[in-house]
Amino acid sequence: MFQANTQIGDYLVDEHGRKIKLHFDHGTTTLGFKFQGGTILVADSRATSGQYIGSGNVRKIIPITPSLLGTMAGGAADCTYWERVLAKQCKIYQLRNRVHISVAAASKLLANMVYQYKGYGLSMGVMIAGYDKKGPGLYYVDNDGSRMPGNLFSIGSGSIYAYGVVDSGYRWDMTDEEAHDLGRRAVYHATHRDGASGGIVRVYHIKEDGWTIISEDDCTDLHWRYQDEKMASSSQ
Amino acid sequence: MSAEMLAMSEYGRDPRKHHFSPYADNGGTTIAIAGDDFVMVGSDTRLTNYSGILSRNQTKVFPLTEKTMIASTGCWADVLSLYKDLQAKLTLYSQEHHDEMSTPAIAQLVSTVLYWRRFFPYYVSNMVIGLDEDGSGVVYHYDPVGHMEKLRFSSAGASVAQIQPLLDNQLGALNMKDAVPPKVTKALAHQLMHDAFISAAERDVKTGDSCIIYTVTKDGVAEEQVKLRRD
Repeated sequence: MFQANTQIGDYLVDEHGRKIKLHFDHGTTTLGFKFQGGTILVADSRATSGQYIGSGNVRKIIPITPSLLGTMAGGAADCTYWERVLAKQCKIYQLRNRVHISVAAASKLLANMVYQYKGYGLSMGVMIAGYDKKGPGLYYVDNDGSRMPGNLFSIGSGSIYAYGVVDSGYRWDMTDEEAHDLGRRAVYHATHRDGASGGIVRVYHIKEDGWTIISEDDCTDLHWRYQDEKMASSSQ
Repeated sequence: MSAEMLAMSEYGRDPRKHHFSPYADNGGTTIAIAGDDFVMVGSDTRLTNYSGILSRNQTKVFPLTEKTMIASTGCWADVLSLYKDLQAKLTLYSQEHHDEMSTPAIAQLVSTVLYWRRFFPYYVSNMVIGLDEDGSGVVYHYDPVGHMEKLRFSSAGASVAQIQPLLDNQLGALNMKDAVPPKVTKALAHQLMHDAFISAAERDVKTGDSCIIYTVTKDGVAEEQVKLRRD
């Protein structure tokens, strides 16, 4: 994720000087997956503008309603602003219809909003996660209007590392604790290998009765914790 | 223009590239430190255009209400028009509600106002500082298009990359074993801010001349000016 400067709407350029229309994965790791016990969202907390670390304490998992969460990757202001607009729309929906909005509907509201601005240079790659009458929901939405449901997503420059860890340990029938640990490890490994990700690894869990914060650990603390584990298991 | 050029159609002439560069970087640095019952904000007073000095005595901190101020650096033209826009909105609010807007409400307003210019941004680094509804000091830091973060201390502008690490170390006690963040008193905040500006003026061409430090408390705003290097 990056803190915007005025180049935010510009195109990135490849090694031949050609424009690349791919600009959502600046320095971030976000991860979301469904499993038997609900939906897990995990994110780092680093915001960069160029090489400068603008902040190490960003909340990239944003509450939308008590049972809906959104994640941030891409332009920090784009994600916070449009998810705030989404939160307003979801509240209005609930007041008008006397039921909570479904994850599918909420994610579609966001996808339709950003689709209206397609080509204007918005930069966002987000997950909308929640729980409704159909059970746990997880959707990917991005700035060019894509929207798709899925069991597992990772977004951002660190996603390649996070995918590697999650794919090797994922099972549908994990316990809650196993799922929290898998998500945390995946994003920790991304903060370790990806220079543009780092700070605090935040783990959120969404169940039938809403979302809760499971843990918020400094990735340096996690590093030494996992290092100790490695030493202990290799000496046996 | 010659007669034949005038006769020639626009598309018949040589291709020409036109430039529109609406932004200037006029430099300047701001620092803000919050305490339990006060908040201190300072800026240097140098205004530059490339290596030319436009002013040696221009503050970059502006009052919004009795207990809220905004510190803005970057493109000076945008600083002025953003401030004017905010002043107009706050005047409308106070006349409608017979009360001044609270600091957290102003913080959200600034974020939204910045985002309204998402596709032609104000080229400005902002901090909103003030006392919240409990009377304790707060600092909000923004990027040019309105991403907002609430903090206890921050810096912005030309010398952030030099000053922020100093504040992280001295006030945040970050990345040190068994280090505890100090209690932020007015004396500590003032000393640290002064040292930070001296250091920035030593190494940054866009920071210098003097610094103005404002201290916001429930009793009002105190102002003090300290000289810096003028070269």
